[in-house]
Amino acid sequence: MNPVTEPTLPGYNFAYLDEQTKRMIRRALLKAVAIPGYQAPFGSREMPLPYGWGTGGIQVTASILGPNDVLKVIDQGADDTTNAVSIRRFFARTAGVRTTEKVAEATVIQTRHRIPEQPLRDHQILVYQVPIPEPLRFMEPRETETRKMHALQEYGVMHVKLYEDIARYGRIAHAYDYPVLVNGRYVMKPSPIPKFDNPKMDRMPALQLFGAGREKRIYAVPPYTSVKSLDFEDYPFEIQRWNQCCALCGAADSFLDEVVIDDRGGRMFVCSDTEYCHSRRAALPRGARESGS
Amino acid sequence: MYVAVKGGERAIDNAHRLLAEDRRGDPAVPELDLKQIEQQLALAVDRVMAEGSLYDRELAALAIKQARGDLLEAIFLLRAYRTTLPRLAVSEPLNTAAMAINRRISAAFKDLPGGQVLGPTFDYTHRLLDFTWAEPHGADTGTDAATGKTLPQAMPRVLQLLDGEGLIEPPRADAPTRPVADLTREAMTLPAERDLRLQNLARGDEGFLLALGYSTQRGYGNTHPFAGEIRMGEVAVEIVPEELGFAVEIGEITVTECEMINQFQGSAEHLPQFTRGYGLTFGQGERKAMAMALVDRALRARELGETPSSPAQDEEFVLYHSDNVEASGFVQHLKLPHYVDFQAELELLRRLRANASDPSPDADPNDHGPKP
Amino acid sequence: MAYSHAVTAPGFDEPVLQAQQVFRALLTAQSQPGRIVKVDSVATLPPLYPATMALLLTLVDRDTPLWLDLSPSPWEAVSSHLRFHCGCPIVTAPFDAAFAVLSRPEKMPDFSAFSLGSDECPDRSTTLIIQVETLLEHRGRRWAGPGIADARRVHVAELPEHFWRQWRNNHALFPRGVDVIFTQADHLLALPRSVHVAEDN
Repeated sequence: MNPVTEPTLPGYNFAYLDEQTKRMIRRALLKAVAIPGYQAPFGSREMPLPYGWGTGGIQVTASILGPNDVLKVIDQGADDTTNAVSIRRFFARTAGVRTTEKVAEATVIQTRHRIPEQPLRDHQILVYQVPIPEPLRFMEPRETETRKMHALQEYGVMHVKLYEDIARYGRIAHAYDYPVLVNGRYVMKPSPIPKFDNPKMDRMPALQLFGAGREKRIYAVPPYTSVKSLDFEDYPFEIQRWNQCCALCGAADSFLDEVVIDDRGGRMFVCSDTEYCHSRRAALPRGARESGS
Repeated sequence: MYVAVKGGERAIDNAHRLLAEDRRGDPAVPELDLKQIEQQLALAVDRVMAEGSLYDRELAALAIKQARGDLLEAIFLLRAYRTTLPRLAVSEPLNTAAMAINRRISAAFKDLPGGQVLGPTFDYTHRLLDFTWAEPHGADTGTDAATGKTLPQAMPRVLQLLDGEGLIEPPRADAPTRPVADLTREAMTLPAERDLRLQNLARGDEGFLLALGYSTQRGYGNTHPFAGEIRMGEVAVEIVPEELGFAVEIGEITVTECEMINQFQGSAEHLPQFTRGYGLTFGQGERKAMAMALVDRALRARELGETPSSPAQDEEFVLYHSDNVEASGFVQHLKLPHYVDFQAELELLRRLRANASDPSPDADPNDHGPKP
Repeated sequence: MAYSHAVTAPGFDEPVLQAQQVFRALLTAQSQPGRIVKVDSVATLPPLYPATMALLLTLVDRDTPLWLDLSPSPWEAVSSHLRFHCGCPIVTAPFDAAFAVLSRPEKMPDFSAFSLGSDECPDRSTTLIIQVETLLEHRGRRWAGPGIADARRVHVAELPEHFWRQWRNNHALFPRGVDVIFTQADHLLALPRSVHVAEDN
């Protein structure tokens, strides 16, 4: 066994949460894995970061993390956005774990709103921060009703909603948080990732865990599990595409952020996944790299 | 341009430094100590303890200082600390009938055994800014303040007087065999029993409950309330240690309790009776306790055979939106970057607009701006 | 005597870290059904395997009623030990249990004796920890479902005839049903309700 990593935050347990809380969350995680896509209720605790800022993901990460883990935290695809920095620091401080920006080095990746472009492998765990876990919420605000609808697998309202989009706009007007069907049973919210990322969830070799702290729900998608974006035969699911490539690394296969560069409508498109972009640029010949940055 | 979004580490450090500076304010002004906050901003301390769900005056004072007087932020600090504390014992129910009374009034009876005791209240002050408080005031030697000592020992509850005649529903001992629900340990399940609802309201945001209670008075689920009794004072907290098997007192806390008397109802089987609404808070929190009692009664609609039709009677609506730590976090999370989602929406919107003006399938919504 | 023996037996040496390691091993097993994982050895009391004891120390506490499949004397020691280290209530009705330990699978009660959860709250079901004498990968029945890339063959010895018939019913109840964790010495293997197990070898 490795020597105990000395937590740098005196007065608090390893990874902040007390052991009783971790046990409760771990039990919920096991149930969530056994019932893919089902939102298991759990006794979410107040965390030292605000609700809505990743408390669900943080509680899940705190419950699974050990001293041998290597943690990567991203927000909007980037390792260096302020909230990603804040969460990464929280775990460095309370658990003393090694952190990384490299997908391949990480054993646990906590994310808000993106799935890394680089495919994940089967020893990795992807932890999503989830604001609203209930896919039926905006059609039916009542928990007591949506619970019944899931029990009866009654997802008609969801199809009606998507079909209304087609009638009005000629296509399904959902750009992110696009609903999926997990293992042929539960309709699930993938958290507000762009639908560009939805296909990555299907039969992903890594374990996917979802934590919604304020809403007190945990759900999961085990490795190699079917995750199908809802659609219609005549209006099949499709992802976003750009005519541009990344202005920095030239990637044509990644999700692009639009950056406004002047006040005359000028803009450029760059990878939202900063680590993907960095590693591609590092691999470019020297001259090309310089012109890109 | 692209590097502008980098540098999160340094930005956070700088923000923390600026916050610390602002928290201290002008260094020429003496720094607040916790005792001053605890003693002189005692009602702020009470509110932070109540909604922070932790009875500890010193920690609440620390939270207020650290939060620069932002009470919701202080409540959040206290909650986040509370959640890491081990649970050593569960107390016996508080016996508020045995309260050492500081204040006790009834709006339902002019006089009653034990009398009306105004205690330390703002109620009959004229809200005139008193400029004498702008200067240090010294110790108030109020000799009349000693009236508390002459209070009678026995202060029967007002609602008990009505209960004796069968005029009000008896207090219900809901399934005493079932452990009391605790939403800090398990996610709420709905429909909620009254124990869970009361716990939720006791932790709930005072402003939210005040508005909801007020709405019932304005006709959105009117319950015809009378302030049957409001009492504030110290009560003993007792636990039964496993190894002793009998109750021992571990301390005293100050609480405010409000028992509301509400509209009567009758049916073929039952004679008309008044019904109850209940509120309880840590410390002096009369406004909160009263609002809580109004909302508690409104939420009993289903149980009392009324058809819920107003927001205050809507259990899911009230219970899921009462917590200011949850609400404040989620409202303010909109400050976090959402540019991935926004980009996705932007792309969709352009596509929809392009399709509307040029229905050919190859219309390119993103074909604009300078080409790379 | 049994009591004093029980309370002097140690639990985890490093409760925080060992519980985390055992949980991660179990999470791997649960998310990749049919894969045998090893847990760090831990002191135990017969008839519990070290892996069973490690699971209980990791998962069970005062919020999780536990059911044990025997009552004679060795279980007195085990019960006291678990009450001491986990603080868990030990229940007499399998239906009330969050976790159940079955040390004699050949005599196990029907799944219907345990809690299967409801359609609305399928998570409120019992997890069965079943001790067996042999666990083998790459042979035996064919398992398929979430967590399994294609199919996995798994052999679990000494299960009663009716076990797999009951499993078929359990799987058909999805999302309701029990989840199973098999233990053998310091190894474990998970069989969550989502897994379909083929009829024969």
